[in-house]
Amino acid sequence: MRVNVEVNGEQRTADDVWPGESLLYVLRERLGLPGAKNACEQGECGSCTVYLDGTPVCACLVAAGQVEGRSVRTVEGLGSAEELDPVQDAFVRTGAVQCGFCTPGLVVAAHDLVHRKPDASDAEIREALAGNLCRCTGYEKILDAVRMAAVAVKEQRS
Amino acid sequence: MDFLRPSTLDEALAMKAEFPDAVPIAGGTDVMVELNFDVRRPPALLDLGLVTELSGWTRENGHVRLGATVPYTRIVTELGDVLPGLAMAARTVGSPQIRNRGTVGGNLGSASPAGDAHPPLVAVGADIEVASTRGSRTVPAREFFTAPKKSALEPDELIVAIQVPEAAGPQQFAKVGTRNAMVIAVCSFAVTLDVAGKGVGTGIGSAGPTPLRALEAERFAAAELPWGSGEPLQENIVRAFGELVGAAARPIDDVRGTAAYRRHALSVLARRTLGWAWRSVPQEVAK
Repeated sequence: MRVNVEVNGEQRTADDVWPGESLLYVLRERLGLPGAKNACEQGECGSCTVYLDGTPVCACLVAAGQVEGRSVRTVEGLGSAEELDPVQDAFVRTGAVQCGFCTPGLVVAAHDLVHRKPDASDAEIREALAGNLCRCTGYEKILDAVRMAAVAVKEQRS
Repeated sequence: MDFLRPSTLDEALAMKAEFPDAVPIAGGTDVMVELNFDVRRPPALLDLGLVTELSGWTRENGHVRLGATVPYTRIVTELGDVLPGLAMAARTVGSPQIRNRGTVGGNLGSASPAGDAHPPLVAVGADIEVASTRGSRTVPAREFFTAPKKSALEPDELIVAIQVPEAAGPQQFAKVGTRNAMVIAVCSFAVTLDVAGKGVGTGIGSAGPTPLRALEAERFAAAELPWGSGEPLQENIVRAFGELVGAAARPIDDVRGTAAYRRHALSVLARRTLGWAWRSVPQEVAK
């Protein structure tokens, strides 16, 4: 099966896709985008969080064929090594990155939150990130990062 | 495996008739887990993502007709005022990512006794609209579930919509799990009050082979609540209601909890939710 999908603003085509495989597999193994991580494959950990038509989803729970003609944005599409997205920058500056495995998913989930609700309370931040697990348990630094990124987004807007 | 992608409901029904073993997929939050873990290898997936007839909701004749593929996030943001019980349950589903994809149609299709949407649908007496090329019919939510992960759905049928009566009074939902997010219910409970009709509805989740109704508890509360008085609930009434709910459960011991714990927890949930619901009965109606 062939799947045509816009990824990070670029039209991409994946061939020989097995109809039961996930968007995550297509991104990592067929399109060379290893940013979204493969951990639980059941939507529990959030490490594979990507935007699908602007909505954060677990890429492991989206069937490849369901993204035909749609738009996906992965962590690779948020910023570049030269110019980090404010959320990525905040994660680096607050030390919210330990082993780094959960980071891409958390960055996408946090990116969605700070753009959707830059004034989110701590309870709202916790709720928004409830689907992303950090096995290093560095959650306090992650909360710091989200607060810092929210300030940056507000400054960008004003 | 084939990937079927109908763009209309008629086309989807024709495909389901031709390939009854095709597994419908919308949010994928249950189906993809089974595929990822090799638990299931269906001959085909039937993607309902393009079928716009399933993806919206309308208000008609005192109920909301909720399309089968409306995600939980939209129920929370768009229907919290008319379907408060279902919206409360929707808020407890998984995580934001899961609520962005998961649907009530999928919850019903999986027919897990632990499905979060089921207790409020049972409590309020919702109807499930199902269709095939043979025609369409409605099945009461209270009769939809037949056994663990089994429903009244025929192999050639698809769940089209859920007709949920608009709230006629306060509704509550509560769920026990090891944390707030990402839990499969150990047990859950929904209660609805029909203030004008002096009626009480109940739904028990994850404490029986199917979602259950606590019929005796409903009758007891309908008869004993001080309707129209504006008075607080008496402790003995709340306690008896909780005991009747616990007695209506048919739980088993499993990895998430014991039968005895579930019965106990349900009676606590029933007491609390009835209390919360009663306290929010509008005072102008109550007096």
